[in-house]
Amino acid sequence: MVHAMDVVSRWSIPMIFAGVLLFGLYRRVDVYNVFLEGARDGIELSMTILPYVVAIFAALGIFRDSGAMRLVAHALGPVLHRVGVPAEVLPLMLIRPLSGSGALAITAELLRRHGPDSYVGRLASVLQGSTDTTFYILSVYFGSVGVRRIRSALTIGLLADLFGFALAIFFVHLLFGGP
Amino acid sequence: MLNLVWVGLIVVGVAVAALQGHIDATTSAAFESAKLGVETVITLTGIMIFWLGIARVAEQSGLMEVLARVLRPIFRFVFPSLPRDSPALSAILLNVSANMLGLGQAATPFGLKAMQELQAVNDQPDKETASDAMVTFLVLNTAGVTLVPATVIAYRAAAGSRHPSEIVAATIAASLCSTVLALTLDAVLRRRRAR
Repeated sequence: MVHAMDVVSRWSIPMIFAGVLLFGLYRRVDVYNVFLEGARDGIELSMTILPYVVAIFAALGIFRDSGAMRLVAHALGPVLHRVGVPAEVLPLMLIRPLSGSGALAITAELLRRHGPDSYVGRLASVLQGSTDTTFYILSVYFGSVGVRRIRSALTIGLLADLFGFALAIFFVHLLFGGP
Repeated sequence: MLNLVWVGLIVVGVAVAALQGHIDATTSAAFESAKLGVETVITLTGIMIFWLGIARVAEQSGLMEVLARVLRPIFRFVFPSLPRDSPALSAILLNVSANMLGLGQAATPFGLKAMQELQAVNDQPDKETASDAMVTFLVLNTAGVTLVPATVIAYRAAAGSRHPSEIVAATIAASLCSTVLALTLDAVLRRRRAR
């Protein structure tokens, strides 16, 4: 099973590149020009995320270099360690349901500081990829049709995030080993 | 909330640095980190440009529609209150397919369309209360089913990973399991209310 998952991980992206482009040709899409058209959005997207990334990088940088992160790790470390969460990943878990761009910026920071192929880097990657911005989605989607009583949606949405966190830890341990 | 967290990080950081007698660390941390942030985004830009190009081809060639067709039988089971040919179900399928393929920007319009269609058939007396199908749809959406975690792979590549895509399987597995758990919870709650 671990081997099968490794194969999926290594092959999926190249297969998507080739598969999407071939499917486009088959559907008579003007592949090259459509590619360029979409690619242009990439420039704008980068400029859009730049302020978020700088804001989060600076805040986390101050928090870490001041020694505050070490105090938190000292206080919560033993508890978090027992469930497989390094203290550095805690801010990501707290922000993930609130802000997509904020969470993405934290993930970028963790990847940069700890290395993408470290335990922290892999855990942050899986957490980021397998959960979504619960509060944002609920407020935009329900807000768009004027629904105010959302019943169990928030509870289940947040529980799903918790499940996602736990499963991310489990699968990272299973595939790559612990910290 | 986000406001508080962000300000909190900076203020607590400054306070701790002041108490420990190395206040100048905060200045260099802020400027070094800001620089690092810009570097990260610049590295990322190339990957983003390439990926969004591929994503546009996927969108234009109708890949979402193909995936939506494959998913349809499963979804009739997930949304028992919707008739099989309802426009709401089609919009939901396109939204989920786009999300699974990592086409986030394409997903939102379908998601909003789905909410409109669901509101049109909302069986609650006041229309300000969410219907069962709405709750299920948003549970599905917030649980974040993923096949292609494109953004994360791009960020990993930008950070210099040796295997940017090595987390794909773990991401699919974690998101699939948490989605199934969330949908089960939703179905159980719905059944208990119905009784």
